[in-house]
Amino acid sequence: MYSFDFARPTSVADAVAALGQEDAQALSGGQTLIPTLKQRLASPSVLVSLSAIADLKGVSAEGGTLSIGAGTTHATVAAEAGAYPALAELAGQIGDPAVRNRGTIGGSIANNDPSACYPAAALGSGATIVTNSREIAADDYFQGMFTTALEEGEIITAVRFPIPEKAAYIKFQQPASRFALVGVYVSKGAGGVRVAVTGASNDGVFRWSEAEAALAGDFSAGAVEGLAAPSGADMISDLHGSGDYRAHLVKVLTKRAVAKANG
Amino acid sequence: MKTTLTVNGEAHEVTHDPRRSLLDTLRDDLRLTGTKKGCDHGQCGACTVLLNGERVNSCLCLTAMHDGDEVTTIEGIGSPERLSALQKAFVEKDGYQCGFCTPGQIMSATAMLREISEGAPSYVSDDLEVPKLTDTEMAERMSGNLCRCSAYPLIREAIAMASEVSQ
Repeated sequence: MYSFDFARPTSVADAVAALGQEDAQALSGGQTLIPTLKQRLASPSVLVSLSAIADLKGVSAEGGTLSIGAGTTHATVAAEAGAYPALAELAGQIGDPAVRNRGTIGGSIANNDPSACYPAAALGSGATIVTNSREIAADDYFQGMFTTALEEGEIITAVRFPIPEKAAYIKFQQPASRFALVGVYVSKGAGGVRVAVTGASNDGVFRWSEAEAALAGDFSAGAVEGLAAPSGADMISDLHGSGDYRAHLVKVLTKRAVAKANG
Repeated sequence: MKTTLTVNGEAHEVTHDPRRSLLDTLRDDLRLTGTKKGCDHGQCGACTVLLNGERVNSCLCLTAMHDGDEVTTIEGIGSPERLSALQKAFVEKDGYQCGFCTPGQIMSATAMLREISEGAPSYVSDDLEVPKLTDTEMAERMSGNLCRCSAYPLIREAIAMASEVSQ
């Protein structure tokens, strides 16, 4: 690791102040950032740990909305997000148990890894990303691989999910890392039908609008059957699978996710 | 900088660089070398310890993040004279070859047996209310702990044995 200073504020206001320093970096659970620091792929001047801020932790459900503090671990979401079962199930399949005890929803959403699970849940549910200064709709928040609407020094404080009538997530997992080779999150609720795909596109998580249109009138796996899979030309291609293979998986997993959501 | 940790019930104040991992603090500053450094990147699980009772990869914890926290290492759950049920079972069932991953396996299994006794399901659980300790369930719940010698069947037998003892 390159050398850095360390701050561990106990309030969001103090954290925002600490992040005002040049090249400061927020640290949540550290399950991605610490390996990145060890590989010398990041060199912050000061690391601002958010782990001592009690206000950032906890899960609460009220009036059809599930609100999760940004510093809440995947293990806690898996255990306590029973009001939104598809989301709890997704959280329980991230990484391994030790990683789930440290990694946080805010860290995952802020990082926006193109193969992470939570971005699919947020976009696929039409969630709202709450920061220290504003609220951002998921549709406006995810702006490409590792790119988000967050400004320098802005901290996610919570993620609010409208609880849909039906939802499911299916991922074809990379068996070692448990990242999604492709993951599809579908939901049907007051905001209509959403189909969010992670792990596939070089632009990060995206909505498969053709499938959403087909499912809007007929929320069944059969409605997806007649669609052509999205183009694999701009999809992630690596040793685990080609772009065309991932494109194929998008359609297959969308059908399975719809079937699962229908129970 | 200075950080206060309670390790195996004993309070320690350590002076360290902000970059120090909890793993390096345990091994190099406190000389508790039972916790192993395998990959140092959170992939192998050899460095698993209990942090405030929950299993974590100590290589992916910066010591500076844990002022006031409680850590339990393999040295804290038993001694050569008084082995824990899991330690006894690993010896009995020969749940290892080279032994390097074993402290991590045992710490992870210690937390896992508690989690399952508290009724926490995993995504492979058939019964979400009362998960059972099947081979599939153990394989999933221990998926963060790799054994390059591939002693997995005997590791599972040891965990199953310890589970029966504790019941």
